[in-house]
Amino acid sequence: MTNALARVLGRLPIGWLQLVHSKTRLAAAVAGVAFANVLVFVQLGIFGALSETILVTYELFDADILISANDANTFLEGSNVARQRTYQALTVPGIAAALPVYTALTEWTQDDGNTSSLQVIGIDPGAARFLRQDLRERIPELAILNTALLDVNTRGVDAELMDTVKSGRSIDFELNGRTITIRGAVSFGGGFTADGYLFVSDQTFLRIFQKRISGAPDHILLKATAGAGVAAIVDQLNLIFPRDNLRVRTLERAAQEDLAYQTTERPIGLIFGFGVVIGVIVGIVIVYQVLSTDVADHMREYATFKAIGYRQRFFLGIVLEEAVILALFGFAPGISISWFIYGVLGQKSGLPLEMSVATATMVLIGTILACTFSGGIATRRLASADPADLF
Amino acid sequence: MANVMNVHSSVPTDAGSRHPVAIAGLNHWFGEGEARKQVIFDVNMRIEGGSLTILMGPSGSGKTTLLTLAGCLRDVQEGSVKMFGQELYGASERELVANRRRMGFIFQAHNLHESLTATQNVMMGLEVHGRDDRGRYLEASHHLLGLMGLGDRFDYLPSNLSGGQKQRVAVARALVGNPDIVFADEPTAALDKDSGGRVIRMLKRLGAERGTTTVMVTHDNRILELADRVVTLEDGRVVDDSAH
Repeated sequence: MTNALARVLGRLPIGWLQLVHSKTRLAAAVAGVAFANVLVFVQLGIFGALSETILVTYELFDADILISANDANTFLEGSNVARQRTYQALTVPGIAAALPVYTALTEWTQDDGNTSSLQVIGIDPGAARFLRQDLRERIPELAILNTALLDVNTRGVDAELMDTVKSGRSIDFELNGRTITIRGAVSFGGGFTADGYLFVSDQTFLRIFQKRISGAPDHILLKATAGAGVAAIVDQLNLIFPRDNLRVRTLERAAQEDLAYQTTERPIGLIFGFGVVIGVIVGIVIVYQVLSTDVADHMREYATFKAIGYRQRFFLGIVLEEAVILALFGFAPGISISWFIYGVLGQKSGLPLEMSVATATMVLIGTILACTFSGGIATRRLASADPADLF
Repeated sequence: MANVMNVHSSVPTDAGSRHPVAIAGLNHWFGEGEARKQVIFDVNMRIEGGSLTILMGPSGSGKTTLLTLAGCLRDVQEGSVKMFGQELYGASERELVANRRRMGFIFQAHNLHESLTATQNVMMGLEVHGRDDRGRYLEASHHLLGLMGLGDRFDYLPSNLSGGQKQRVAVARALVGNPDIVFADEPTAALDKDSGGRVIRMLKRLGAERGTTTVMVTHDNRILELADRVVTLEDGRVVDDSAH
């Protein structure tokens, strides 16, 4: 390793030699960087899961435009939209079809007393083309009143019960005082808003949520005709509809705005975003502390090198060499532990925690930059290494 | 001494000039304001090229301060210090560093890097001159260590060397780059009689063969007879300057 580094650096790898000379300090520093990596990875993992679960709601649909109430910052929040807007929208050239969508949260108390929150989505079972491909063939089953498709990844559901659902056998359960028959399973995955999804027809939805009325859906989905300019249609709809209580966006933009809102303005997004920042700060502080102590401990040697004629950039090189080594050595256990935590946490929470190559690369680069930054600060102490004091 | 490297042959050198160090009207102070205290008073001195000059004097007489001023380790406050003809008063940091690369420093404390082996510590005296054939650096470092009687200690860390051995490694580090001038502060203090004699003889030989000038602070009377000149300071003033 020493010879390899010497070849790369073109000089003695003093940073490396200093690190391996104090093995306890090296171990502590690597543990510190690894700990900071784990913090960042876990926060990013949960943050990523939050983002993914927000987007998955929108990915259920195959549509071009979403009409929502002006205060609908998320798919589940906001006022209702008058159903008459559906017909109004259909008068605009380029609109092929429109579909009112109903959605609400409810609690499902199972026989064993366990409770799971469900995001119930109700649509016309005859409008399968508004759904993504794998749902289209299942949705006609919902034409029978009081039937539903349950998300197999719903958290808190008895495993035996879920196995029955997965096997395709119908089971009955009570929801808001109404008996609902689960006719099959679909796979979405729970998020931060609910433990899982329940797909029903619009008529079943209105029976489960008896205070809701058919004339006031939560959103209206629109499909444009082939070749129609979606952006131009959105502009036109925004001219037709009162902008003070309705917002018309492409479905993709609605998803991105929901994501931005939940990750930057809601506490949950801020907490996890802040957690990433804390992880980075912890890493910087730990590495700074280690490198700063290291510099202080070698002040006389550095002063000697200064006397010999080494310039400041040589010392900067040593400290940065140490910083990069610590970053790489800390990253390896950091990502391994995080991988393990992702597995355990994902299994327990049902959240889609994924260690992507992009995330790992980003954290590695971030770790190197943070360690380099710490090293840069630590070298400020070198200014006090006065070779004249050696005599 | 054939294997001592001439690593700064490209640096303009007048090491063979008659007076590589010329000091005139030098005054120096420590502290500021009311605490300001003068430690060097109107020192004038020219040091012969290739000579071994010893600075003597009681503690606090200013000999070490003089050494650090001539060694480009302190800024000249008043007066003139010329090193190889170049004025150090008002010299930039870059110029001071370039001058220091032509010097060898032997400190009272060895100041070896604890993480580096004896060979690596000596190589640091060569790497300051830039990238070169590492094999040549290694060979030169081993040669110097051999001359210091440390041929069987190449890969030893300082923690595994005795005080005298560490000091000999430090001497090898100072000399391996074939400096034009060597500044030494009590270089033989930690050495036994034989080792101390070996170091001084080597410095003398460098002076005779390559014109290397040595300025040394020492209280070691055994060395006095080997010196070309002994300068005695008291209270920052030269009180005696005798050629041997």
